Amino acid sequence: MLSYILRRIASTLPVMAIVALFVFSLLYIAPGDPAVVIAGDQASPEDVERIRQSLGLDRPFLIQFGSWVWRILHGDLGTSIFTNLPVSTMIGQRLGPTLSLMMVTLLLTIVVAVPLGVLAAWKAGSLIDRAIMAFAVFGFSLPVFVVGYVLAYVFALEFEWLPVQGYTPLAQGFWPWLQNLILPAIALGCVYIALIARITRATMLEVLQQDYIRTARAKGLGQGGILFVHALKNAAVPIVTVIGIGIALLIGGAVVTESVFAIPGLGRLTIDAILRRDYPVIQGIVLLFSFVYVLVNLMIDVTYTLVDPRIRY
Amino acid sequence: MSEQLLRIDDLHVAFSTRRGTVEAVRGVTLTVEAGEMLGLVGESGSGKSVTGFATTRLLDAAGRVTGGKILFRGQDVTKLRGDDLRHLQGAAMSMIFQNPRAALNPIRAIGLQIADAILTRKRISKDAARAEALELLRAVQIRDPETRMNAYPHELSGGMCQRVMIAIAISCNPALLIADEPTTGLDVTTQKVVMDLVAEISAARGMATILITHDLGLAARYCRRIAVMERGRIVEEASPRTLFSSPQHAYTRRLVAASPTATSRIEDLVTEEERERHAAVVSRPRQELAHGTPPLLEVRKLAKRFDQGAAAVADFSMTMTGGESVGLVGESGSGKSTTSRMICRLIDPSEGEIVFDGQSIGHVASRDFHRSRFRKDIQMVFQDPNESLNPRFTAFDCIAHPLMRLDRIRAGRELRQRVEECAERVGLPLDLLPRFPHQLSGGQKARVGIARAIACRPRLLVLDEPTAALDVSVQAVVLQLLDRLRRENDIALLFVSHDLNVVRMLCDRTIVLRNGGIVEQGESRALFDNPKTDYTRKLVEAIPHIETGPMLAAAL
Repeated sequence: MLSYILRRIASTLPVMAIVALFVFSLLYIAPGDPAVVIAGDQASPEDVERIRQSLGLDRPFLIQFGSWVWRILHGDLGTSIFTNLPVSTMIGQRLGPTLSLMMVTLLLTIVVAVPLGVLAAWKAGSLIDRAIMAFAVFGFSLPVFVVGYVLAYVFALEFEWLPVQGYTPLAQGFWPWLQNLILPAIALGCVYIALIARITRATMLEVLQQDYIRTARAKGLGQGGILFVHALKNAAVPIVTVIGIGIALLIGGAVVTESVFAIPGLGRLTIDAILRRDYPVIQGIVLLFSFVYVLVNLMIDVTYTLVDPRIRY
Repeated sequence: MSEQLLRIDDLHVAFSTRRGTVEAVRGVTLTVEAGEMLGLVGESGSGKSVTGFATTRLLDAAGRVTGGKILFRGQDVTKLRGDDLRHLQGAAMSMIFQNPRAALNPIRAIGLQIADAILTRKRISKDAARAEALELLRAVQIRDPETRMNAYPHELSGGMCQRVMIAIAISCNPALLIADEPTTGLDVTTQKVVMDLVAEISAARGMATILITHDLGLAARYCRRIAVMERGRIVEEASPRTLFSSPQHAYTRRLVAASPTATSRIEDLVTEEERERHAAVVSRPRQELAHGTPPLLEVRKLAKRFDQGAAAVADFSMTMTGGESVGLVGESGSGKSTTSRMICRLIDPSEGEIVFDGQSIGHVASRDFHRSRFRKDIQMVFQDPNESLNPRFTAFDCIAHPLMRLDRIRAGRELRQRVEECAERVGLPLDLLPRFPHQLSGGQKARVGIARAIACRPRLLVLDEPTAALDVSVQAVVLQLLDRLRRENDIALLFVSHDLNVVRMLCDRTIVLRNGGIVEQGESRALFDNPKTDYTRKLVEAIPHIETGPMLAAAL
């Protein structure tokens, strides 16, 4: 098992290298002279030259790339052109809110979607099943910002149960922290819940047809034992896969959700950085998200082997 | 002790399908006494399994008991709900199934699966349940039970999986065990071991058993009473001896005739009346080949090694002449399918030579063999006609494809003529040609598979267990068809099978394989009547012989 995990980590290295090369090339894919692009429309020729010098843009591409990678390996993501703060510091300040939002959303999704899917599969064809699937279509079709504004209007403005927007760090207490995340997590999780509920239902339906489920019934096991001990674990591999893919969806959705609920997270930072053409910051964020995604995929692969003893690498 | 344990009274079971309600069981009445073993015999669709599932209350959602009673110790099973039902399942009666590997949860260690069954009945600790599970594994004679406790189903053989199923079934000392095709798909030797075990355990525990099977010979060997089912009804109930010596019902007569025995010939497989009705089998004696005719197929020192493993096949040599039929028998894992696939050029041999019609074809990569001019000459009929036909192709497409690919016939009148001619040769009614596989019966699908294989007039037909998935009456017709095709068209048949009775009938010569090597070969009748090696003798003895009668029942 350990050697498998080590081999998998080793195999992610080339992926990360390619991602790094791509992220670094961002600056050069944009048309025109990078220094001019960074300096913006109102910059004087001196400004452009200063930027070119400070970023080392006058040196050959591969040398620039090499030194950039070297610095990253030492934990230096560069300095923001706009704020002059180190990129790692800026990301560090914004990481908490985004991670909190993603975690709460993920937890909410799994806790809601998987039981819904199991219930729908168990009662397949019934009114409950149809209601759940109708809800799934609904959740799938609504854009995050629509759900977000509707939730904020109803629960924050009309009923005043929850704050309209903003973010409170966890250090100031669990409830204040959670209070601010409930509405954004629901808004962000809608699509995700719909997706996972559907996948869970489909896989469970297939598993419930299998001979070993009949055996479980023949043994006299109760419905709960059949559904959760025998069926759900057999259905786990596709469900876990989709949960993993969904994390990529979450990253994209977080950008929009943070704007709607004014959460000072990485999503907001990304938008700001793009608007200001703050390339070092953009590069740092994309690199971080890629890394998270590769890591999640690794975790999913390891989960497969835990769930299914037939999977051996 | 002739206490009545189970009494089924005029049972009706219906399934709601897309095309309306289908009655699968239409008035079954039977009784089982405590401790007895009853055989319930019939072909697919006869309702025998449905009767079993209705009794254990395991019908799937579409099935409903629409009439009659199932009295177990005087209590109507069909009316049980909730806890009473759960008490019945497992504790009072239990069931083992066909395809034991699929019947076990693939991702749960077998020890846990047995313990699950124990824990639903008894309020004991997990450790105590584990200890009981270990005892049960010993009871079903699994070697090295301590290690096997942690094994997963995919790590066990089919026979061992069925033993685990038996362990689960007997874990709570049920009074009735329903065994639904418990040995179908297992090797003859494994089949005997598993059935002996079931019989032994039933006798030792005084447990009544219903053996549901399509194999009359198997039922005759282990049961004192056999009920024959046809289309949802019991048509005859008698002792095996009476059933075989003087079957009363026409269907039983047909079934008895179609069950191959050690002495039956291909012509015998249908009853007198049927033979007259079809009057098809033209027996034309095969002309003797002139001395010195070169063999059609010559295989020399064929071997196949898979990655990092022992050889699947080693040092396999044989020859075949045109129009000859050769049987390839052995238990699963003996390498018979691998060998046949190499000869068909579907997989590449690691070593050795395959010479067809004087040309070496062994070195042509299997990936490129479809371009060889010999692809037409060597064709294959696959095991399961349900799985080997493309569900999106009509019967016509299936037969037309090889003609278009290999004989370069364009779509049009000629193609239609050729396809219809093939269909006629295999006895497939022409109005079935536009149908898709799911609209055809098992026998019809088998015919489509054979028609596809003979479409380009091959000279060698390799058949991999072509009748294993078919009912005996359908098997009889398919075997006659193959024999006729061989006589009429001089097609050589390489017949891979674990059913020795069938091989004995159909094949001139037989090759016995074990662990990838040839154990024995020779003229079929001589080989089976007088086996030279212990292995062949064991294989032959394991076949349930109808003539020898219910040995076990007599011994009890």
